[in-house]
Amino acid sequence: MAFNSKIPAGELEKKWEDYKSHVKLVNPTNKRKLEIVIVGTGLAGASAAASLAELGYKVKAFCFQDSPRRAHSIAAQGGINAAKNYQNDGDSVYRLFYDTVKGGDYRSREANVYRLADVSANIIDQCVAQGVPFAREYGGLLSNRSFGGTQVQRTFYAAGQTGQQLLLGAYSALERQVALGNVKMYTRHEMLDVVTIDGKARGIIARNLITGELERHFGHAVLLCSGGYGNVFYLSTNAMGCNVTAIWKAHKKGAYFGNPCFTQIHPTCIPVSGEYQSKLTLMSESLRNDGRIWVPKKQGDTRKPNEIPEDERDYYLERRYPAFGNLVPRDVASRAAKERCDAGYGVGSSKMAVYLDFTDAFERYGNIEVGKKGLDNISKEKIIELGKDVVKEKYGNLFDMYAKITGENPYEVPMRIYPAVHYTMGGLWVDYELMTTIDGLYCLGEANFSDHGANRLGASALMQGLADGYFVIPYTIGNYLADEIRTAEIPTSHEAFAKTESEVKSRIDQLMNIKGTKSVESFHKRLGKIMWDKCGMARNAEGLKQAITEIQALKKEFWSDLKIPGTINEFNPELDKAGRVADFIELGELMCKDALDRNESCGGHFREEYQTPEGEAMRDDENYQFVSAWEFKNESDWELHKEDLVYENIKIAARSYK
Amino acid sequence: MEHYNMNLKLRIWRQKNKSDKGGLVDYKVENISSEMSFLEMIDILNEKLVEENKEPVAFDHDCREGICGTCSMFINGRAHGPWHATTTCQLHMRAFKDGDTIIIEPWRAKAFPVIKDLIVDRSSFDRIIQAGGYISVNTGNAVDANTIPIEKNKADNAFAAAACIGCGACVAACPNSSAMLYVSAKISQLALLPQGNPERKTRVLNMVSQMDKEEFGSCTNIGACEAECPKEISLENIARLNREFAFASLTSEE
Ligand SMILES: Cc1cc2nc3c(=O)[nH]c(=O)nc-3n(C[C@H](O)[C@H](O)[C@H](O)COP(=O)(O)OP(=O)(O)OC[C@H]3O[C@@H](n4cnc5c(N)ncnc54)[C@H](O)[C@@H]3O)c2cc1C
Ligand code: SF4
Ligand code: FES
Repeated sequence: MAFNSKIPAGELEKKWEDYKSHVKLVNPTNKRKLEIVIVGTGLAGASAAASLAELGYKVKAFCFQDSPRRAHSIAAQGGINAAKNYQNDGDSVYRLFYDTVKGGDYRSREANVYRLADVSANIIDQCVAQGVPFAREYGGLLSNRSFGGTQVQRTFYAAGQTGQQLLLGAYSALERQVALGNVKMYTRHEMLDVVTIDGKARGIIARNLITGELERHFGHAVLLCSGGYGNVFYLSTNAMGCNVTAIWKAHKKGAYFGNPCFTQIHPTCIPVSGEYQSKLTLMSESLRNDGRIWVPKKQGDTRKPNEIPEDERDYYLERRYPAFGNLVPRDVASRAAKERCDAGYGVGSSKMAVYLDFTDAFERYGNIEVGKKGLDNISKEKIIELGKDVVKEKYGNLFDMYAKITGENPYEVPMRIYPAVHYTMGGLWVDYELMTTIDGLYCLGEANFSDHGANRLGASALMQGLADGYFVIPYTIGNYLADEIRTAEIPTSHEAFAKTESEVKSRIDQLMNIKGTKSVESFHKRLGKIMWDKCGMARNAEGLKQAITEIQALKKEFWSDLKIPGTINEFNPELDKAGRVADFIELGELMCKDALDRNESCGGHFREEYQTPEGEAMRDDENYQFVSAWEFKNESDWELHKEDLVYENIKIAARSYK
Repeated sequence: MEHYNMNLKLRIWRQKNKSDKGGLVDYKVENISSEMSFLEMIDILNEKLVEENKEPVAFDHDCREGICGTCSMFINGRAHGPWHATTTCQLHMRAFKDGDTIIIEPWRAKAFPVIKDLIVDRSSFDRIIQAGGYISVNTGNAVDANTIPIEKNKADNAFAAAACIGCGACVAACPNSSAMLYVSAKISQLALLPQGNPERKTRVLNMVSQMDKEEFGSCTNIGACEAECPKEISLENIARLNREFAFASLTSEE
């Protein structure tokens, strides 16, 4: 099977330009004859569907929600990066590239990351042209803020609702193409397998979630833009429906899975409050621009936060990482919070939380307002009040969300936060053209493994999803489809469609026929606990081995004791969920296997055996500077392929934020 | 904040499918913590139903953080329940007390047919966007983002309108089932931005015409939509829509 990253030759800065100038093209008449199936219409899928339809391809797009506008991308809060250097603070394409490779702990591909940084500026232009209402300064120009792991302000945002505004932009472009007849949109449909003919992806089997019917859809190429799989941990910041099924089915059909164990644990989330908890809520990283993180200096301190004097507080990020302070990357901030809580300094009733405190910011912004408005004789309370208004404008929706969930007022008491599963850097392995190891099968957005290495920097997922969809795939897909213009539409009566459909059907029947005693939810919870305890923020060989055994046992139990009410041919959310959890269980095993195989600590992958005496991660470049690409062989049986990572433009170094 | 537990009676709309007549069914849930979200309370009911070999209540939800617009329950006669500016998924059980009866129904509107239980079909909202809720700019055609400065307050107002999550609570709350608040939010966003200018007239005419085709009712300025909107979309947007519409109708060349 092909395993070639297809990175173009030549100088880093020119690779993409050269590629675009020489890539094969498909002429407009032929485009009309070529059909593309797109699974997923979040940022990656909607932008790809709109752009490809504009070019003239015939597109069929699928999502499981009732509208493309509800994809999980809608929930992204903080912002999107772009190397515009509007702030004149020394930003450049190279610096964004460098920050991303370093942030990813030197486990991503130089050429891909450079291209990402290169097209980032075009994304902002495109979005503004679509009417995305980014935040602006009084002069009418676009405003920026900082995110973790960088020392420039390159993040564009729309209050705490950036993902919503970007997705609505892509959604409107998509709906415009639907109206023009260039895209056929299938909502409340779930893709349940890829159909391959002679080794090439030729379509999908999808289930109409309202009627339960299985449908066959042909495409000259298939794009999977199905998002991340953080819900394998049960509790995460992802939406309830996020799942791995689309890419997992492709994986079992031959697509290699890249770095499955690279998971991002986000440092600032609202802590778990009880057993009934169904999901965790993120408090955007942008809050670390203005909030300071601390715990009491005294172990087990039970005083209220406001009663703890300044010199009895430990601002541990500022203490440990003076150069980046509260803006260290996510993996570093999460581990530091865990370290403090494990050592007995945690706060709140569970003691598994730290404070995120805005007191200083209220005062700082208040003083700026006083200066701007030329006010005199202002009381301290008034200053703080003015400062609170500024903070409200920046993060109002996040503060409201916090108050609704916890019942506490974050303008008065510091937020309590704790790390939670947030993003999966791993995903289907793709080459420079975003093609998987199955010909004609592409993977975009969070679903692929590319660009973020072992740790993603904040505000870079939105950038990557839109880069893939708006600016990369429209070029790279032509290189493949140019050779497909002679392939006529394959009728879905073809035996490959029939065979795949019958496999999908028998799996659904099998699930329904278990007729055991335990709910899907209960299995999902148990899987999540194994994953969080043994393959979460810190991992070790012993725990990972146990996890693998436990997951295998859970899988047996699932397939013999699951209970699904209702029937197949109706709207049946329990059945939908059962299929997804079945895939999560298999994925969980591979994640543990991958984590066990990688005998180093890098980015979000922290193996307790590999750390410095101060508790910093210890990477092993000599033995692990590669992408793990796993090939599915059989149930519980995978073969590891390695894509060596070559750094020609960046000098790799220990990653320090001190 | 004091936490407490409660026992509740639920009366929930059950309807097998589009053609089924449907009706309210009574349930009981016990030991519900005041810290739970409303949907976590429904999760508990559903787990119990599965255990008893009964079909769980079907309801729409996804993000559970008030942004995707999927959740949609009519709770004790109010769209998204008792809290102001709050989606169903963000409503917490602190809003209720021991012994309460809670009545839960789907959105009701001719343009939102029930699919099952509490789930309705809101695809009419997508079709309204298809009629003109966009700026016609193909990928790659854009000029530099800072070429056209936009007054901060206009940008802020456009953003406030764009914050609509497309949940449909405005329609459910309106005695006429009008979709004016939803449609006006999109019209306003694009009318306030210079980029939206070229298609201003056709946009409002086409979107309003599609809204009528979908059989949403007409707006008689009741204001229930604004009161129940979880994103506090303002009635000023409806006024702006009316101005845009009048202007477009008067000056339209066709
Ligand atoms: C709370 C939160 C906040 C975030 N904030 C930021 C931020 O500020 N900045 C940033 O850069 N990133 C942020 N991220 C990350 C970012 O939002 C995501 O990585 C990104 O939006 C993923 O986009 P996507 O298009 O790949 O997938 P998604 O938006 O998840 O879309 C997936 C699509 O696939 C469809 N789908 C999935 N499986 C199937 C199937 N089997 N059949 C049919 N359809 C299917 C779904 O219906 C959906 O349309 C945040 C993430 C979270 C959880
Ligand atoms: S206007 Fe408000 S109530 Fe209506 S769809 Fe938008 S967010 Fe929902
Ligand atoms: S579930 Fe997303 S808004 Fe309620």
